[in-house]
Amino acid sequence: MGSMLLKRVLAAIPSLIGVVIVTFLLTRALPGDPAAYFAGPAATKEAIEQIRATLGLDQPLIIQFFHYVVDLAHGDLGKSLTTGQPVAEEIRARLPASAELTLLGLIVSMAIAIPLGIMAATKPGSIIDHTCRIVTTAGVSLPVFFTGLILVYVFYYLLGWAPAPLGRLDVFYSAPPTVTGFYLIDSLIARDPETFVAALKQLILPALTLGIFSLAPIARMTRASMLSVLSSDFVRTARASGLAPYTVIVTYAFRNAMLPVITTLGMVFSFLLGANVLVEKVFAWPGIGSFAVEALIASDFAPVQGFVLTMAILYVALNLLIDVLYGLIDPRVRLEA
Amino acid sequence: MKRRDFLKSMTALAAGGAVSAPAVFSPARAQGRQETLLIVSESGPNNLDIHGIGTNVPGYEVSWNCYDRLISHEMKTLPNGTQYYDRDKFKLELADDMNIGDMSVTFKLKKNATFQDGKPVTAKDVKWSLDRAVTVGGFPTFQMGAGSLTKPEQFVVLDDNTIRVDFLTKDRLTIPDLAVIVPCVVNSELVKSKVTDKDPWGLEYTKLNTAGSGAYRVTTWNAGSEVILERFDNWKGGPLPKMRRIIWRMVPSAGNRRALLERGDADISYDLPNKDFVELRDAGKLNIVSTPYSNGIQYIGMNVKTPPFDNLKVRQAIAYAIPYQKIMDAALFGLAKPLYGAPADAKTEPVWPEAHKYNTDLAKAKQLLAEAGYPEGFETTLSFDLGFAGVNEPICVLTQESLAQIGIKTTINKIPGATWRTELNKKVMPLYTNVFSGWLDYPEYFFIWCYHGKNSIFNTMSYQSPEMDKLIDGAGAAASVGDKATYDKDVDGFVDLAFADIPRIPLYQPYVNVAMQKNISGYQYWFHRRLDYRALAKG
Amino acid sequence: MSSIATDRADPDAAIGAALVQAASVTADTVLPPEPATTFTPPPRPTAPRQSGLAATLSHIRYVLSENLVTGFAFALFLLIVLAAVFGPALVPYDPLASDTVAALKPPSAQHWFGTDQLGRDIFSRVVVATRLDFGIAVASVVLVFLMGGLAGVAAGFYGGWTDRIVGRLADTIMAFPLFVLAMGIVAALGNTVQNIVLATAIVNFPLYARVARAEANVRREAGFVEAARLSGNSEFRIVSFQVLPNVFPILVVQMSLTMGYAILNAAGLSFIGLGVRPPTAEWGIMVAEGAAFIVSGEWWIALFPGLALMIAVFCFNLLGDGVRDIVDPRRRT
Repeated sequence: MGSMLLKRVLAAIPSLIGVVIVTFLLTRALPGDPAAYFAGPAATKEAIEQIRATLGLDQPLIIQFFHYVVDLAHGDLGKSLTTGQPVAEEIRARLPASAELTLLGLIVSMAIAIPLGIMAATKPGSIIDHTCRIVTTAGVSLPVFFTGLILVYVFYYLLGWAPAPLGRLDVFYSAPPTVTGFYLIDSLIARDPETFVAALKQLILPALTLGIFSLAPIARMTRASMLSVLSSDFVRTARASGLAPYTVIVTYAFRNAMLPVITTLGMVFSFLLGANVLVEKVFAWPGIGSFAVEALIASDFAPVQGFVLTMAILYVALNLLIDVLYGLIDPRVRLEA
Repeated sequence: MKRRDFLKSMTALAAGGAVSAPAVFSPARAQGRQETLLIVSESGPNNLDIHGIGTNVPGYEVSWNCYDRLISHEMKTLPNGTQYYDRDKFKLELADDMNIGDMSVTFKLKKNATFQDGKPVTAKDVKWSLDRAVTVGGFPTFQMGAGSLTKPEQFVVLDDNTIRVDFLTKDRLTIPDLAVIVPCVVNSELVKSKVTDKDPWGLEYTKLNTAGSGAYRVTTWNAGSEVILERFDNWKGGPLPKMRRIIWRMVPSAGNRRALLERGDADISYDLPNKDFVELRDAGKLNIVSTPYSNGIQYIGMNVKTPPFDNLKVRQAIAYAIPYQKIMDAALFGLAKPLYGAPADAKTEPVWPEAHKYNTDLAKAKQLLAEAGYPEGFETTLSFDLGFAGVNEPICVLTQESLAQIGIKTTINKIPGATWRTELNKKVMPLYTNVFSGWLDYPEYFFIWCYHGKNSIFNTMSYQSPEMDKLIDGAGAAASVGDKATYDKDVDGFVDLAFADIPRIPLYQPYVNVAMQKNISGYQYWFHRRLDYRALAKG
Repeated sequence: MSSIATDRADPDAAIGAALVQAASVTADTVLPPEPATTFTPPPRPTAPRQSGLAATLSHIRYVLSENLVTGFAFALFLLIVLAAVFGPALVPYDPLASDTVAALKPPSAQHWFGTDQLGRDIFSRVVVATRLDFGIAVASVVLVFLMGGLAGVAAGFYGGWTDRIVGRLADTIMAFPLFVLAMGIVAALGNTVQNIVLATAIVNFPLYARVARAEANVRREAGFVEAARLSGNSEFRIVSFQVLPNVFPILVVQMSLTMGYAILNAAGLSFIGLGVRPPTAEWGIMVAEGAAFIVSGEWWIALFPGLALMIAVFCFNLLGDGVRDIVDPRRRT
């Protein structure tokens, strides 16, 4: 198993190198001139050149790339010009915000999609099945920023049920002492129920927005997987031996059908983490997605590179984790290189 | 009787409940809320020090409130009740005394003034700070230069408590330039202890920390999401500010900012779309203050170096084809001061900005275009800064539509904010809209940057005219010796020439719009247009 | 075992726009590669005595009547195509003409969907935008079909280095956060319609390449290919005339499934400010611009283009299912 894992990690290295090169070239092709931007509104041509030299942007591309790789090897992701902070620190501070939001979004989605998928699978072709299909497809057909805006309008502005969309906590609360970076968990560790509730309130709308978007793949996978399990021999045997339909579905079929769903979940999580930039923008969420987008617009190279690299590594790690989990849960599947 | 008592007590209970119910905060939090100001804006600082490389405009606000200058401006009250900085009246901030001589000015420092770490403010700190401003390069050095402050030798320490600033030339902008944000006084002992070989001015430290003697200091800064400032109780620059704590949150969505204000969650926001300001003003639930930018205009610029805009008649045709009123209505919702359509017999005043005499007249525009040799029109691109798309995009779309009617086909080019300055610098965009405003509110200051033949980067049209240069230089010289008659004549002259040659078409003077809860008072308009927390009060 | 595995790789999971990519593509990377190999050439539709065309038509009719939802999606699709073709000729107002006197008017008999900030008729703009949005979707799937499909077929059929290069390329793209990659491409190359199409295509590349590769790989050793080989056909001929036509239907399913994603992607780019140029009417940009007016009560500016966007994506997604049912009934879930 260990050597298998190592092999998989090694196999992922060429893609990571590809990601580093492509990101580097892409960011250099951005139209903005950071030197001019940071030289301020009144800079002369000389002042701009001076700043260009300070930033090392007057060097040939290949030298810049070399410097970048050397820094990278030292774990230095560079500095963001717009926020003035080291990128590695920014990402460390912001990743938990994005991860917490995405994870909760996924949980919301699962809570709705898995029962839907099971119901649809028990009666394929029925009204329930079609409704499930329509609802989940409708969810994924809405642009996330649109869903988010509507939810804010209705639940904050009109009804006043949700708190102000001002990020992770209401302004008059202070963040719980950092242990995991997840406010929900940290506030529980700190035994501060008030902060826990405040953090949860802030999370509900953005998590719902993400959840609605990710209903479809989870529901569909659940349905597909349940269908195939329900038609398999052991379920038929269980049914034939007179077990109640509920017992058959929940104890026998569902547990077996969960394996492929877990795979999907991992992928949905990885995808959402990178794709929730728009949700973060709507809810002023201090995550890594919104950070990367703002940097991209400002032609701020380092954060974009750092973000993409982080996501790529996460992606590879997550794949690996799912492989391992899968191998543990289902002994029939072995890790093969 | 008994029953009545019972009812009474129930009512009291209910009333008590009703009062306390909305207060979701625990008592300590409610108390904190009373002394805390919550500001929301679209973007936040990228650097806490205005001397830093590429400090953005929100960063100026931090500098303004956390550092002191030797002098500042008095306030005056506008007819609408707004507190507005008085360009011509200075007040002492860190200085206890200002003595203007013929070729120098001498300041005595307040004896009891200390930095936030308790060290006294000395003349050495002042000199180090001014040296730093004229040496670090980039924007601060440029701004100092605008007041003929360019060399460290100009700043002379006389004793611990006295500093003299020598003039290089007679320039009436020198004293005002000492009251802008840049010449702030930094705790030199503290910052020097953080200096490295690569960073002789300690910019890395002040980027993340405030090291001043000002009324506030930054205690928390999460770039891109919030800045928290606490009051410095031992501040000597003025009366102790009312607000103990300022929380400044970045909320990118304008809709959310408006919702926060309307629901009473935020105290102040000052970069909402015009439409929201108009509606909030009309709804009357909030205090809305609109003040024209000092010395600032939004304009349509044309590159006069390349055809067809090298042709005066083409430029005039464009000036007659701009849909001014539509822009005022649909893009600005009336919240701006028009700079067009002055009566034909209006006399030019020695002030800036002022209105020109062009109006929307498509027939005349078409005729001018034909006279210029473009009876069929031509094709060009119209560019704008995406960072201000809310106003720029409707302006460009309306202009595009109007120009199409005289045969000029335009493609709209939206340029991301980060790239905008680069594009302006290249001076190749044929047609574009932009805003310029100067901190120092003097007509010749505006013109020297925007119209002078030395072709600064703000002369985005690449306009060059010896006659114009003579008038601008003449006005500057006249001002420094106090020759009002010549000054007025020259200012009239360059304004007239700018309108006759029309390389840029002024559209309007934008407003700074600030929306506040009714219980917030003390808003002051400053030349830098950012908030001054020191005067704000709540309740 | 095979039934679970097959379902896992089922592109049905893909319904959700790009989520699809994550799910179905990884099934391929993460899991043992058997799912694809369990697949056999798509069975011909039933009704063996009819001619090919008649059989297909009757099958389509069967699928439509059996599944009302798909029938509904087909009807919507027709409506969208009609709007794209004839819309600009039919709308009551010039979609670009401003009328500042009538700005920000709510829906009425004159302006069915109301007017925007510049007094432009939103109904006309929504209808006219159909052509552009539909065009972006179609162009991007056709482009990715050409890029990804051909690369995938070549990889699957020739194996070896071709396979490795295509595989690496797909891996690298997959490792990117896709929306940010699309943003980066558009930001770097400039925000024109062509670049939006290109970015959307590149982002979808791995999905197409993998599906095509898997399908071509199966057919490499298939009987009809062997037969063609034995009768002296060149490899190129075999790819062009034996393998491609067989892979084509599977890719068509992918195309209809990713059309919706293409539109969402373009809309997302517009929301960030990287969309098409003003004053062009495009749903995403209209929603993005209208978003600023929701809180002030002018909900119609964002709502109607948002609905149009949603209906179109919804329709393409349902249609993707439907097309799969027709082309490939076995994969139905």
